[in-house]
Amino acid sequence: MEKATFTVKSGLAQMLKGGVIMDVTTAEQAVIAQEAGACAVMALERVPADIRRDGGVARMADPLKVKEIQQAVTIPVMAKARIGHFVEALVLEALEIDYIDESEVLTPADDNFHIDKHTFKVPFVCGARDLGEALRRIGEGAAMIRTKGEAGTGNVVEAVRHMRTIMSQIRALSNTPDDELMTIAKNLGAPYDLIKKTKELGRLPVVNFAAGGIATPADAALMMHLGADGVFVGSGIFKSDDPAKRAKAIVEATTHYKDPVIIGKVSEGIGEAMKGLEISKIPQDQLLATRGW
Amino acid sequence: MIRIGVLAMQGAFEEHIKALQALGVETAEVRLEKDLENIDGIIIPGGESTTIGKMLDSYNLTDRLISMGKEGFPMFGTCAGMIMLSREIEDGLPGQTSLGLLKVVSCRNAYGRQINSFETDLAIRDLGEKPFRAVFIRAPIISEVKNNVTILAKFQDKIVAVKEDNILALAFHPELTDDYRFHEYFIEMVKGWRKENGKNNLN
Repeated sequence: MEKATFTVKSGLAQMLKGGVIMDVTTAEQAVIAQEAGACAVMALERVPADIRRDGGVARMADPLKVKEIQQAVTIPVMAKARIGHFVEALVLEALEIDYIDESEVLTPADDNFHIDKHTFKVPFVCGARDLGEALRRIGEGAAMIRTKGEAGTGNVVEAVRHMRTIMSQIRALSNTPDDELMTIAKNLGAPYDLIKKTKELGRLPVVNFAAGGIATPADAALMMHLGADGVFVGSGIFKSDDPAKRAKAIVEATTHYKDPVIIGKVSEGIGEAMKGLEISKIPQDQLLATRGW
Repeated sequence: MIRIGVLAMQGAFEEHIKALQALGVETAEVRLEKDLENIDGIIIPGGESTTIGKMLDSYNLTDRLISMGKEGFPMFGTCAGMIMLSREIEDGLPGQTSLGLLKVVSCRNAYGRQINSFETDLAIRDLGEKPFRAVFIRAPIISEVKNNVTILAKFQDKIVAVKEDNILALAFHPELTDDYRFHEYFIEMVKGWRKENGKNNLN
């Protein structure tokens, strides 16, 4: 019997496909998320919108909070560690968290190096803006990728940009002859073998979720149409008027993303979405997506 | 031509579709009641059993699937799918939806959290001599079987694969490897059912 193989690590992400992973900060919110049909929850100290508002250094959640959330639900529990902060990741692994998100939403602990994720038994998900970044993270051992989007804005435009970029780079790769792949690898700054594998598969070698700014059922369905395997919703649920209703509606819109009648129906009367931010109004140094490389 | 539906509410349904297509079978994604028309069997994939169960209830598939199952319609559940088919669920949520067609007790997350997930070789007599690479992800086990349930495989004395009439259920994920012998096995069950129901000439 072999534990922590790449098949086992990436396999859990495959089981999350077609589902919605919701940010939660308390056990109570985790129960609401599970009740709404979330396929997993992400434990963190503050949702991205609050991190953005309050500023300061954002870190891994209090282990006690993580434990309370683990005890409150039966679905997988993920948690965020700072980029490069392998000790936060080790602590989360010791808590037997199901997935670690090495996340740009928290303040990076290392501005040069991401965590060597191969050395962990627990799988990692990482954010990416383009194919090169996604494959660098997979090269380091990530077993799942998500778009970075621009977390805490309730504005889906960056997630759309990142998903479209990754998908169009994969499509271009499919039409590239093998003898040009090393140059592509060099230009994208991505490992050659993963470039080759992506070409063969016609998709990323691991599951790819959408994240960062998803606030409505239609946003979730849009990301699914663009090629996402599932969606993360951060501030979009618990910063809205009626989290339970909105959460359920987003879950249903993700499953039925090809059916506009259903998306319309589940979007009726679910209260106001989070207010949201225009990306161009955010000062450059407060953009989260540019953290990490 | 045989057409097998794969429940596509959430989970690894694409992987099952890929396996079936590799074996030359027509497939259909099942999300609504109308998707249950014109299929000869259904696969309930791995995923989150609570999520899948809620979607079955919200979109009125639960009762329809139960009545189809009672008439002997072939069904194949893997991991969460096995839980969904079980008569009883240990460590489920209160009121968790199950189709209750398979006379077993399933124990959810029996191996604990992801850190305890694993892969291993299983000897399965019905599949021939070559061992089957079984991937267990936050896997359930079957803690109790009633009469008429055939045990196909055990791992460390725990029941991980069963068959009862036209229902096949595995605690692990044959869709995560490229060994499609369990899918072939299910296709044979579907063929048998079609024959019994006089569908063998329809092609």
